[in-house]
Amino acid sequence: MKRVVSLSLIGLLWGCSPSQTDKLILTGSSTIAPLAVELAYAFEQLHPDVEIDVQTGGSSRGINDVRLGLSNIGMASRELKPEEQDLQSQTIAYDGITIILNSENPVSNITDEQVVAIYTNKINNWSELGGPNYPITVVNKAEGRSTLELFLNYFKIKNTQVIPDVVIGDNQQGIRTVAGNPWAIAYVSIGTAEYESQHKQPIKLLSLGGIDASTATVKTGEFPLSRPLNFVTASVPNGWAKEFIAFSQSAQAHSLIIDQYFIPNDAQ
Amino acid sequence: MRSSFWLVNSLKLAAWLSAAILLLILFFLINESLPLIQRIGLMRFFTDESWHPLSNLYWLVPMLLASFYMAVGAVLLATPLGVVVAIFGHYYAPELLAKFYRGLLGLLSGIPSVVFGLWGMIVIVPFIVQWMPPGASLLAGIIVLTIMILPLVALTTDAALKRIPITYMRTAISMGLSRWGTIRRIFLPVAFPGILSGVVLQSGRALGETMAVLMVSGNVVQIPSSLFQPVRTLTANIALEMSYAMGEHRLALFCSGLLLLCLTIALVLLANYISRNHHA
Repeated sequence: MKRVVSLSLIGLLWGCSPSQTDKLILTGSSTIAPLAVELAYAFEQLHPDVEIDVQTGGSSRGINDVRLGLSNIGMASRELKPEEQDLQSQTIAYDGITIILNSENPVSNITDEQVVAIYTNKINNWSELGGPNYPITVVNKAEGRSTLELFLNYFKIKNTQVIPDVVIGDNQQGIRTVAGNPWAIAYVSIGTAEYESQHKQPIKLLSLGGIDASTATVKTGEFPLSRPLNFVTASVPNGWAKEFIAFSQSAQAHSLIIDQYFIPNDAQ
Repeated sequence: MRSSFWLVNSLKLAAWLSAAILLLILFFLINESLPLIQRIGLMRFFTDESWHPLSNLYWLVPMLLASFYMAVGAVLLATPLGVVVAIFGHYYAPELLAKFYRGLLGLLSGIPSVVFGLWGMIVIVPFIVQWMPPGASLLAGIIVLTIMILPLVALTTDAALKRIPITYMRTAISMGLSRWGTIRRIFLPVAFPGILSGVVLQSGRALGETMAVLMVSGNVVQIPSSLFQPVRTLTANIALEMSYAMGEHRLALFCSGLLLLCLTIALVLLANYISRNHHA
């Protein structure tokens, strides 16, 4: 976030001095902003004569600013709504989260209603889900994380209703917590969970609504607990905006996207 | 003459600079927290019903208590152990063993806190899970902190014991006092201020420890009713939420930093008070 602030400060300073530098303004979703800052930094290294300014304020602001011409690219962590179809949207990555359990846990199927009941402490023993008689350790994310926001939105609960036993920061901590506690339940980014379960961490990814949790089903849009991360423009992108979007979708950007626990969109 | 002028003044400058840095940090924290304090008042931090900064709820009491309990628990466990370790190393162990022992303590005190955290996460927490889920708890935090500060308590106690004049020992021997009696009645009371200042330094470290605590103590914002419940300390709160916090959420985190600094200052004042009264 600091990077965002300092970048926008630099942007302000540049605005004051007469210069030949072209400027690109991105505003919108705070989920995409940290990724956009990294992408902008890498892009500026390649093109020293362009200056990219990233500001947050939510997906709605991103779309409004593009409409009003206040920014070049809007960042929206959702699909365009029907009334926004006049805009152009380019998916640069996907964000998907999965529910994980320890591999020792015999329970392998949990419905959406049961997840809500577990997180609001209405179910607090695995025996109520057909498992052994052990209390459930509910792992939640710290406030402000985009994974938390997506989770709460999907299950339509408020964070004030969630009664956790453990609160974690990043995905790695969630995976370690579940790996070390056979009776824990957590949700983490699919990219990270898939990688760790393939690298001998004793965790399993639960399917949701009958659809397997994997980066593949997120990419095809089948997996329900996911969302696209879009760059939105007012018209067909041109100039630096076009270049930057192309760069964000190129193979060069993949490692930056994966570092932020998102799934690159290689449909291009 | 001249060289002493330069020496004295450069020392003075260094002293003022370090004091100024502390004041600057304090000023910065107050400056950053003030907008929120002005808007919602100080009492909200103590009377809100929960900590959900995105829903405008800013209850800091559970985290204040968690920081306090954890530091106190670790100091209560580490102090007797550390003092016993130092006494053993100083008066009972053969010279070679004592040397080895001190080297080991020095090594232990140099291990980065995140390593202790990782160890706690994959050893201590799963161990407590088998006994009392969820495992990540106040107890796990206290155990990890105790192991972190124990070598430092032992080393400062050792240094305090070393400063006792050798004549005390000779007099005690010539009067035919037993070794344990001499240690208990003479050496420990004489070394007490030194031991205490070591303990205070370590409580400061225990209060400020972040990564290890964040990894093992569960981070749920609640007032713990038992040692097995997860807690979130003020430091863990800042580390967990700062990178994604914006607006008032961010300001509220600065307020928790300010509160932590106040707690540390109060602790130092208390320690000063105790050691002054001890001398009188």
